[in-house]
Amino acid sequence: MNIVVAMKQIPDLQQIRIRNRQPVLDDVPLTFGNIDKNALEAAVQLKEAAGGQVIVVCAGTQELEDTVKEALAAGADEARLVVCDPALESSQSARLIAAAVQQIGAVDLILFGEGSGDNYSSQVSSRVAQILGLPQVGYANNIQVEGSSLRVTRSLEDCEEILEVPLPAVVSVTADINEARIPSVTQILKAGRKPKETWDIGQLGIALPAPGVETISNLAPETERKQVMVKTVADLVKALETEGFGGRG
Amino acid sequence: MAGILIFSEKTKLALELASAASELSAVNPGEIHALCINDPQEAEELSARGLAVYSLESPGLSTADTAGTAAALLALANKLGVDTILLSSDRRGKELAGRVAEAWEAGCLTDVKGFSVQDGQVVFVRNALGGATVATQIIKTDRKLIAFTPRAFAPLEGGGGSILPFELEITAPSVKVLEVRSKAGDVVDIQGAERLVIVGQGVENQADLSFVEQLAKALGAEIACSKPVASDKKWLSEERIVGLSGKICKPEAAIILGVSGQVQFTVGIREAQVIFSINNDENAYMNKISDYILVADLKDALPELAKALA
Repeated sequence: MNIVVAMKQIPDLQQIRIRNRQPVLDDVPLTFGNIDKNALEAAVQLKEAAGGQVIVVCAGTQELEDTVKEALAAGADEARLVVCDPALESSQSARLIAAAVQQIGAVDLILFGEGSGDNYSSQVSSRVAQILGLPQVGYANNIQVEGSSLRVTRSLEDCEEILEVPLPAVVSVTADINEARIPSVTQILKAGRKPKETWDIGQLGIALPAPGVETISNLAPETERKQVMVKTVADLVKALETEGFGGRG
Repeated sequence: MAGILIFSEKTKLALELASAASELSAVNPGEIHALCINDPQEAEELSARGLAVYSLESPGLSTADTAGTAAALLALANKLGVDTILLSSDRRGKELAGRVAEAWEAGCLTDVKGFSVQDGQVVFVRNALGGATVATQIIKTDRKLIAFTPRAFAPLEGGGGSILPFELEITAPSVKVLEVRSKAGDVVDIQGAERLVIVGQGVENQADLSFVEQLAKALGAEIACSKPVASDKKWLSEERIVGLSGKICKPEAAIILGVSGQVQFTVGIREAQVIFSINNDENAYMNKISDYILVADLKDALPELAKALA
């Protein structure tokens, strides 16, 4: 089974600092979103069970070659990198990933994380399914291969749906589908030698659509908290009572 | 004539979308319509609150099949000639949003918390950069698709709507439902709770959860947690996670125990009315977004607090 995992290159969110309400992204290393790593892990587990290839597709800056090593070390067999303006809007990312999948050819399954680590809009997987005319399941917390179809559990807020999905298909996974493996030193060393192919948008034979959305501002929220330091538990209880949240028991 | 079509298979969320639609139609006048799929009861309830409902009843269509649901929405949107579709930003709605937007060539925003009108333009508000920032964005396309977060709007109050049948040729869904299981065990609604006691990694011993329970009981609060407490330690269920990968909560009071305050967490609680925080680090970011802070060792402070409030 040939599986494409679409992973988004994002700034390491833990290292973003805020200055004057502006996010400071200088010198913040680029990585992949955590849920994208779960999607990769799901792909590697499916490959281990059913054979095949895992190909990572990602778009981003010149530094992609470096970022993608992490994914190759964690079990992907190959990578396809599209170097472009990293600030793509969902419709543009989707067009690009769909074109890359078509270029790769015989793909049985395209996996995504349920949302990217930074923007989390969760649109791209559904858009790719629409562009390629494929069935889709979002929010999967379990994927099993059964012949030429998948048995997927979709985890909604109040219920789980057990679904049968014919291949090829698009599936997005939740963070609790698995625990992404941490690659060993040997795997990290080997990752550098795995096949990588770098494309630009022209080589994909597509023109990106105009972005449908424009960002006017992007600032850290203003916090107006009292920030009163209390010294003892008794003072904290007093503060609770003052604010009207005493015990109800 | 332009107009708005709303859809959520959850009646309450559909009514919230109806409120959003009526606020939007003040800027962009047009009729508001709702789609119900295989749910005559929802159709009744929505029309009773004043909505013009199109009720699609087709055993061949399942909302579990995103492609089929998207096709039904598009067919109705095109028949009515609306220029805006509103969906709920729960999991079902978000999965649908991208598919509909792509097919409809609509600019799309999900997880939208609200909007305002600036210079005649509708400006939408949503979290970005993993919750570190709040972005204001506009949709530039003629057709617009917006998915609003649950609770962003109060449910519509009104009366005197209508129900019309909506007939549609359905192609057989490719996604087949084998079984639907209600989520067993924990069915807590931390988003609905007025008060939350939130357990972070600073609570080091699982046995101390008994004090957390006492505290929650004394305050009439629900227990919630940061992600590692559920995902890694498995002390509490995933349903109780506050934050980006859990729930966005706006309680009246949050008592936060041993959380350092990474944005992935704080995005889920920063809209609480009053935040009380106990942790052992006086420089924790959590302190900056708290109203009352006690810097203390939770091993001692937790039992003392539980006892004081009991």
